[in-house]
Amino acid sequence: MTNGVSNVVFAGLGGQGVLKGADILADAVLRAGFDVKKSEIHGMSQRGGSVTSDVRFGERVLSPMVPVGEADYVVVLSPDQVERNRPYLRAGGTLITPDAVPAGLNLNPRSLNVALLGVLSRYLDISEDHWHAAIRANLPEKAHEANLAAFKATRGCGESGK
Amino acid sequence: MSESCRMLVSGNEAIALAALDGAVALGSGYPGTPSTEILEQFSELGGNARWAPNEKVALEVAMGVAFAGARAIVTMKHVGLNVAADPLFTVAYSGVDGALVVVSADDPGMASSQNEQDNRRFAVAAGVPMLEPSDSQEAYDFTLAAIEISERWHTPVLLRMTTRVCHSKTILRERRRLDAPEPRFRRDIKGRVMIPAHARPAHRRLRARLAEMQAWNETSPLNRLEPCGAGVSPMLGGGRASCTPEGGQDACSLQGGQDARPPKEACPAGSRLGIVTSGVAYMHAREAAPEASILKLGMTYPLPIEKIRAFAKSVDRCVVIEEGDPYLVEQLRTAGIDVEGKAELFRFGELDVKRVRRILANEATDEPPLPPGKPPALCTACPYRPVFTALRKHDCIVSGDIGCYTLGALPPLEAMDSQTVMGASLGTGLGLRHVLPPEEARRVVSVIGDSTFIHSGITGLVEMVYNPPPTGHVLVILDNGTTAMTGRQEHPGTGRTLDHAPTNKVVLEDLVRAVGIQRVHVVDPVADPAGFERLLLDSLASNELAVIISRRPCILAAGKIKEYERAAAEKCGACK
Repeated sequence: MTNGVSNVVFAGLGGQGVLKGADILADAVLRAGFDVKKSEIHGMSQRGGSVTSDVRFGERVLSPMVPVGEADYVVVLSPDQVERNRPYLRAGGTLITPDAVPAGLNLNPRSLNVALLGVLSRYLDISEDHWHAAIRANLPEKAHEANLAAFKATRGCGESGK
Repeated sequence: MSESCRMLVSGNEAIALAALDGAVALGSGYPGTPSTEILEQFSELGGNARWAPNEKVALEVAMGVAFAGARAIVTMKHVGLNVAADPLFTVAYSGVDGALVVVSADDPGMASSQNEQDNRRFAVAAGVPMLEPSDSQEAYDFTLAAIEISERWHTPVLLRMTTRVCHSKTILRERRRLDAPEPRFRRDIKGRVMIPAHARPAHRRLRARLAEMQAWNETSPLNRLEPCGAGVSPMLGGGRASCTPEGGQDACSLQGGQDARPPKEACPAGSRLGIVTSGVAYMHAREAAPEASILKLGMTYPLPIEKIRAFAKSVDRCVVIEEGDPYLVEQLRTAGIDVEGKAELFRFGELDVKRVRRILANEATDEPPLPPGKPPALCTACPYRPVFTALRKHDCIVSGDIGCYTLGALPPLEAMDSQTVMGASLGTGLGLRHVLPPEEARRVVSVIGDSTFIHSGITGLVEMVYNPPPTGHVLVILDNGTTAMTGRQEHPGTGRTLDHAPTNKVVLEDLVRAVGIQRVHVVDPVADPAGFERLLLDSLASNELAVIISRRPCILAAGKIKEYERAAAEKCGACK
């Protein structure tokens, strides 16, 4: 945290659900009562290129962009995008990659963004209800069940947040 | 504050909400990142929003709305305002009866643009007032303020957005409503017909209006003085009480004019840093320098020069933090105000907190670039691929244009040799044909997308008919049935309006024939790639003018297009 603001960078490739994942996170922290800003670049990234989205939340957020070297969490959906986004991470920050999803989970790749949110959620003080509401509000109804399952599976497994 | 009052919206969504709450009668525009979502969202909310063939026509439609006493908003990306500059400069003279809000969405850093021009220059050049929001709440507030300023001074107003304000989602807390004016025609030949005899006094009126607005802006609530230390208290978060439409105490109503909060205590002498800033740069500056006094400008033309002069005098060091061109620095120095600017390297790209810290510390050493990302590419199954493969195979000299297909210039296709602005593929290709040796000239092909052709390729086609090169010329129109790059918007050639309802359709081959082209071919490049290649070679060899319409829906749009067509057919069947 920098000045009481938590910084999360979401990254991956166009079509992986990077922006949707950031939307769900931003919605969940909004529901939890924080000030929040979410920033990203649309446009040419739609064509399969690198995509990043910044989510910042806390008592009061100013700049919508996470400064390089100040991200508390960098969540990367595509392994080949890890090195590009590593510079955003602060010293001691947490990198979350697809490796965090247990192999036995048999995850639908379309739910990878939500599964990594489940991992991230272990570190954040946001109640499960807000997460569920945010997932429901940002995804079409037919996708609710699979994504809630993915979220619960990764939130529940592994060590709890530090 | 009730939780339901807090909405997390993008700057573009906030403008759409303001257009709705501000009783805007019509929104017009042409899609362009980062502006596109404004009209789409306005339409979703029930507003009357329409895509125009290009930004010039969009502004002209909006002018008509405002001449009729109603409210209009017109949206475009920064380079769109180049296209719409012609009407902008003269509607600034004629003025309007209703409201005319021109949204220019600039793209510092060129996330999705061919240049990073700073459209604040347009406000000065055209003589129109300019507002610069720094987040979604201000995008909302300033849109309503722009409507009020436009109606009060009968002037178009430039609402200058940037990518980060357009596409960042921040919390919108407060909304209010404006009553809708009744449209009516008022004859005013001297005020509306800009022949020289009428335009000369209109120019004087324009300058008088700007002087009035400048005086008003000296105490306007759109500019906010934050004394030293204000950056460490949660003042933005707690300042707003309600988002109900009735919420009376709006920060941006044209009455009032007090700074957000008076100085609590004198700042320690000798350590007083002052920052003059606007737009999203304010957010970076506030975060980078919590101890600084900040004069945050909301209305950046005409500038509140005396307010800024007094602020600069009140601090030991006054630094301007602005993205892009040194617009504020130049204006303030011309007015004799001693301010520091930024080193030239910060002119390029977006600002962020780190860069602002460096500007304040007078650091101007090179910045290490981030590792490169994966560049965008044409979709694997894009119907343009066989076209570019053929163009490459036959070593064509390709005069390209703006759209997804510009990605044909990147490896491995590398089948485009020039691309500058919307519609330029025609004229540039013709110019090449006119002067290159015949054996090279015969390899020149202009390539343009369907939406771009409608936007500004048609006049280039007329040039092709009017001044044909000795070797003829070949135009390939890549017709994928949508404005793909900006997110698959409709255009006049799709036969559907912004909200995908059926309307009259401009049939490209009919239009091309009507202009006077004899050799007009329509081919599906995926179903018949050999046929496309043959047509290309025959056309190049003909020494005549030829247009090949390569027609196949965008793979990302094809499903939706079928849905819209089915819905239209059902509706049509129902009324028989």
